[in-house]
Amino acid sequence: MKILIAGNGKVGITLTRHLSAEGYDLTLIDLRPQVLETCMESFDVMGIAGNCASMDTLREAGVNEADLLIAMTGYDELNLLCCMTAHFMNPKLHTIARIKNPEYASQFMSMRQAFALSMIVNPDFMAAREINRLLKYPGFLKRDTFARGNVEIVELKINEDSKLSGLVLHRLGQVFRCQILVCAVLRNGEVVIPSGNFTLSSGDRIFVTGSQENLTILLHGLGVIPHPAKRVLIAGGSRISNYLATILLKTNMSVHIIESDEKRCRELSALLPNATVVHGDASDQNLLNREGLSNCDAFVTMTGVDEANIIMSLYGSHCKVPQIITKLGRAENMQLLSSLPIGSIISPRELCCNAIVRYVRAMQNLVGAAVTVHSVADGQAEAIEFIADENTPHCNEPLKTLKFKKNVLLAGITRKGRTEIPSGDSRYQIGDSLVVVSAGEVIIRQLGDIFEL
Amino acid sequence: MNYKMLSRINGEILLMEAVFMIPPLIISLHDGEHKAATAFFYTIGITILVALLLIAISRRAHRRFYAREGLVSTAICWIVMSLLGCLPFCISGEIPNFVDAFFEIVSGFTTTGASIVPNVEVLSRGILFWRSFSHWVGGMGVLVFLLAIVPTSGRDSGFTLHILRAESPGPSVGKIVPKMKETAKILYILYVILTVANIGFLMAGGMPVFDSFCTAFGTAGTGGFGVKADSIAGYSPYLQNVTTVFMILFGVNFSCYYLLILKKFTAVLFDEELHMYLGIILGSVLLITWNLHGFYPTIEETLRHSFFQVGSIITTTGYATTDFDKWPSFSKAILLALMVIGASAGSTGGGLKCARFLLLMKGLHRNIRHVLNPQRVQLVRVNGHTVDEQVITNTNSYLAAYMVIIIVSTLILSLDEFSFETNFSAVLCTFNNIGPGFGLVGPTGNFSQYSSLSKLIICFNMLAGRLEIFPMLALCSRSTWKRL
Repeated sequence: MKILIAGNGKVGITLTRHLSAEGYDLTLIDLRPQVLETCMESFDVMGIAGNCASMDTLREAGVNEADLLIAMTGYDELNLLCCMTAHFMNPKLHTIARIKNPEYASQFMSMRQAFALSMIVNPDFMAAREINRLLKYPGFLKRDTFARGNVEIVELKINEDSKLSGLVLHRLGQVFRCQILVCAVLRNGEVVIPSGNFTLSSGDRIFVTGSQENLTILLHGLGVIPHPAKRVLIAGGSRISNYLATILLKTNMSVHIIESDEKRCRELSALLPNATVVHGDASDQNLLNREGLSNCDAFVTMTGVDEANIIMSLYGSHCKVPQIITKLGRAENMQLLSSLPIGSIISPRELCCNAIVRYVRAMQNLVGAAVTVHSVADGQAEAIEFIADENTPHCNEPLKTLKFKKNVLLAGITRKGRTEIPSGDSRYQIGDSLVVVSAGEVIIRQLGDIFEL
Repeated sequence: MNYKMLSRINGEILLMEAVFMIPPLIISLHDGEHKAATAFFYTIGITILVALLLIAISRRAHRRFYAREGLVSTAICWIVMSLLGCLPFCISGEIPNFVDAFFEIVSGFTTTGASIVPNVEVLSRGILFWRSFSHWVGGMGVLVFLLAIVPTSGRDSGFTLHILRAESPGPSVGKIVPKMKETAKILYILYVILTVANIGFLMAGGMPVFDSFCTAFGTAGTGGFGVKADSIAGYSPYLQNVTTVFMILFGVNFSCYYLLILKKFTAVLFDEELHMYLGIILGSVLLITWNLHGFYPTIEETLRHSFFQVGSIITTTGYATTDFDKWPSFSKAILLALMVIGASAGSTGGGLKCARFLLLMKGLHRNIRHVLNPQRVQLVRVNGHTVDEQVITNTNSYLAAYMVIIIVSTLILSLDEFSFETNFSAVLCTFNNIGPGFGLVGPTGNFSQYSSLSKLIICFNMLAGRLEIFPMLALCSRSTWKRL
């Protein structure tokens, strides 16, 4: 499939990395030849220098043979113009535009129709929605769903006093009396796909699959009683904060926003009449204490400076705030930071890229192609959902007779809305939805790829 | 430096080389040339063994691969490939001296066509085929071939661009389609189609099958090893003309052919490099024909010989239909200029390349205007696009490196006490991958009289010329091998 990416900023490059790893034909368009040069040296892509909304540039980039255009420049209007021009030149083209301005956020549906866009992405809004999801179910660092919400994959960190510490995995079901599976463990920055004899230890970050009910049982068993956050303190008044506060206020939560720019405070105050907007430096610990940091249920750090966010989150965890969420602009640092107690990490860039990668995979829609993909363990592993069909090998054979590739695990079988955690005697049938977790260099495009040849 | 990746690439290249030696092995077996057959048999064995060893020690190579690694691995691959490729000559005893054999195969792979064999007709057919086939293999580049066939797994595969850049000729090498593998495939498919067409035309003209294959390989790679002592002179005028046309075709930038397939005719029609390349050929032919007035009995013969020699020299092939060393000085001077200019970028030919020459001329023109009118803002434009200043700087420094290598090599070769014309043209015609020069190394002579030191210097020149200097210089640079 031929994909054009217009605009090679931070998101554009992250997207290029994801999509080129999946083996698509990528052509990048950017005004700056130097940026294109760097990209071509790192990825197997072609670069065209020029204005992405000009017909000549688009023609040179091969818009007539392309299947998808992703406009990721820093300007909403340019992205729109680029998509419209390209669509005019090639009516069969799918187009995705990034629109950042919150004023346009309410008119996405109409804009999609009016400008024939296939998809509009707004990384800030995605981040706000994701944070909201996490706030609704505290206890997990990260949550992703599969099979229409029937299977979830969640991330947990094992503390020293946790019941999980020192537990051998095959006893997990007995101890907690629930059907769950640990599908990946991140220990010292290395991802492991564990077997039944694997022993958990404190400091591990584990990725668990199961249905929502079973995962709630696990949380109860761990002594973490999930009650949704009521009082949320937000540091930084960025666009994400605005979106997040809007969502949270709808569910009657109490929201405090601390912002250092007075003008922005006034804007926010006008936009969010029900929120408490405080003018001040959020990295000032006195101010945080005064605003009741130790009494709030959740602390979300969202200033534009990653380092400040990390420091504030550390302080929040020092004050024993139950739930902490840290926004990071540069997701590359995730692996380094996973050992710090800074709670869940949200990267708008990664969220946006994942959404687009999912769209691309759905577009390709090969027989047996993946339905949903989530990257887990800081991108070192992937959880992929497939639907078993006529071409899937080994249907109705017990799993213990099959030979799986190394570092690949079948983490869930969902049949007619019921999720089963696979054991040696499990089998899958045509129509079942399967969740596969793979780590390392293994690239899985079809269900057949998980088996040893 | 990523040594493991370096050894993996070398291993893969050697495996391919072993496969490339199978056709000459079959020919030797078919003709009952036992010595040559055993030589190929042993060489294939040794090559596979070395290749497997290299691949074995390169397990778990990480993929950190940058411009430095690209340059160095290209240079090393070509040397290693030549070291093993010359074994059939040694083992069969047909070129017993190792330095001579190495010279011969480097000359083959770099598509130079300079030989140390006084009379090629005494060589066995398997060996002759391997010599010519090495031109074909080296013409488009072995690493490019490797890129076309090996699966590049998803992550961090941008490194392939460094390899393409290091091995393909031209001032600004880019891909023609987004995927490197597809780009390499397209280049090789075009190469194969043109080669097959060439073989077909030669066979239609009554050339023996073996000769047509070897001649076509030499033409396609713009190499110049012939299977006859008098190069192409003994063949009919038709065959000479076919070879002229195909030499010129192989000297054209291959992306022009791809644009033709895409039906982008205007882009090809108005390509400035193509204009320059064809213009230089036409101008030189006319001048030489005028200068050769009365040298040959008929106008037809004069025209045919001048066309052939001009095509052969500008594309850096090095076939000859006549002993152009006996031509008048003016014609020889034109040929000398053509040696330096060379073929188009992105072709199989060598030399400075028309594209670079065009940039140099335009840059010079700009600088003259700049001296006269310092405040005028001027950009260099080629094909309607502004050329990046970095490309112009690189072209200038390329010319500087080019001059330095020529001067130093001529100095060293002069120790052997041959005439200046011989030494200078020997350097020029090997550095530009042509083959025959003037004087003792002219179309009827050969390089066997040089000392071993000179031969090795010439080998370096041939490799530097084929790989466009920088990979070989990178190999010699101390900063390449520093850890930090």
